[in-house]
Amino acid sequence: MSQTLEALQEDIAAGRLKTDELVLNMGPQHPSTHGVLRLELVLDGEAVVKVIPHLGYLHRCFEKHAEAMTYPQVIPYTDRMDYLAAMNNNHGYALAIERLMGIELPERVEYIRVIMAELQRIASHLVAIGTFGMDIGAFTPFLYCFRDREYILDIFERTCGARLLYNYMWVGGLSHDVHDGFEKDVRDFIKRFRPTIKEVNDLLNYNKIFIERTANIGVLPVDVAVSYGCSGPMLRGSGVDFDLRRDDPYSIYDRFDWQVCVGKGEAGTVGDCWDRHMVRVWEMEQSCNIIEQALETFPPGDITEAIPKRIRPPKGEIYTRVENPRGELGYYVISDGSANPFRVKARGPSFVNLSVIDEISRGHLIADIVAILGSIDIVLGEIDR
Amino acid sequence: MNTKDMFDHLAALFPDLELQLDEDVPCIIVPPDAIREVGLQLRDDEQLLLDSLMCLSGVDFADGTLGVVYHLHSMLHNHKLTVKVVVPVENPHVQTVERVWRTADWHEREAYDLIGVIFDGHRDLRRILNPYDWEGHPLRKDYEVPEFYNGMKVPY
Repeated sequence: MSQTLEALQEDIAAGRLKTDELVLNMGPQHPSTHGVLRLELVLDGEAVVKVIPHLGYLHRCFEKHAEAMTYPQVIPYTDRMDYLAAMNNNHGYALAIERLMGIELPERVEYIRVIMAELQRIASHLVAIGTFGMDIGAFTPFLYCFRDREYILDIFERTCGARLLYNYMWVGGLSHDVHDGFEKDVRDFIKRFRPTIKEVNDLLNYNKIFIERTANIGVLPVDVAVSYGCSGPMLRGSGVDFDLRRDDPYSIYDRFDWQVCVGKGEAGTVGDCWDRHMVRVWEMEQSCNIIEQALETFPPGDITEAIPKRIRPPKGEIYTRVENPRGELGYYVISDGSANPFRVKARGPSFVNLSVIDEISRGHLIADIVAILGSIDIVLGEIDR
Repeated sequence: MNTKDMFDHLAALFPDLELQLDEDVPCIIVPPDAIREVGLQLRDDEQLLLDSLMCLSGVDFADGTLGVVYHLHSMLHNHKLTVKVVVPVENPHVQTVERVWRTADWHEREAYDLIGVIFDGHRDLRRILNPYDWEGHPLRKDYEVPEFYNGMKVPY
């Protein structure tokens, strides 16, 4: 039975020949799913019809643990949610409990927190940028990014002894003051780091192959982004000028002069993978600006004076959100007046950002799913909690 | 809109509903079978425009009731509102808002999985974090850790 392609297509259109959709499982062990995530891809040929994510392979039920712990004991668990941005996770949780108890922080604590949170943001974005490049097939920028991230982890290690999971920001203060020579270390790092951004731009971001693979791919329109609750670089990549550090101010971000970076569709359409990626690159520069300004006016003082002896927040509830490198990290804490939280709910940015993947993947090829997933920048530890 | 104005506006918009003023974020209590309608109004009312659902949390209040708490935010006006739904534990049915704010899809699946609130009208109400064949809802206050899972002893 020999038929031409046209004849076959005619048969399909007329319903004489049945075609079928193919289901392909991507993950849970797949290098580009950044952990243990399984994407069930429904395919029509090589085009994606539907993406069904299956989560939970890393589920530890953080929220159940939190109910069995005292308030300070929960902090190490927040480290282990978004393990690439543990400082920011500590910050959000500490802030929620402080607001519940009405604690005023010493100036020095606020400054150290902002510097640490911004250093962590750079470290986290470096991983995102490096691994995104690697997903697309560019290996060298990954090494550049991880080299510089190592300097930041060294600074953290000198201050609090840990490289990834710090338990550093406590309710009302910090676990340690910064180490001797901290300011010099951070200044040296920024000086060394700024040229790296240009290197990564030259090597990766304005590379023609990279642009071909990411521009016009996975375009996320503004209304879809807002309806799906996307936040952070996902939302700003779609051109929305919204950053919690400025629009729902916390800590002392309002004292510094910095810009919110938004995607402009330079390489293709506003809200494509390239825009999301570039927002992260530009944000690293802004973080450097914030850190430099904070170092200028870095005050002396005692960091332990506001740490309460007994942490028992009054009855009540609060929803606090901070800008994590991936977006809005919220903690909904209910206190019943005892030493353990009654309920802690963590609203992770990766969890919410990932839910939009089906919407922005339809019609793309399988290889583009890798680019889209990389540009969402997920951390499975926080999706599954 | 400041908190006071918003409070008055809500009182005019929903005369039948119970309103609370917690510190600086207003809160309204909505019956479980009206949340979809109220959600649409909150989202589309020109003065409110609460177009972003920041967080949806299921809560076991440990007094025979379960709750769903919606934290809303307006991207344009930059104001917030908390909405609460309380249902009895024997009949934990709440209307879905999955088609009002699309982000509620996964959040509701999570609340169903961990707390056991059933969202009527949800198009795909499956477990999300626990395995699909898991029994019970772990965040219930009376939850007991199972000894066996699929015939395997759970070391705990």
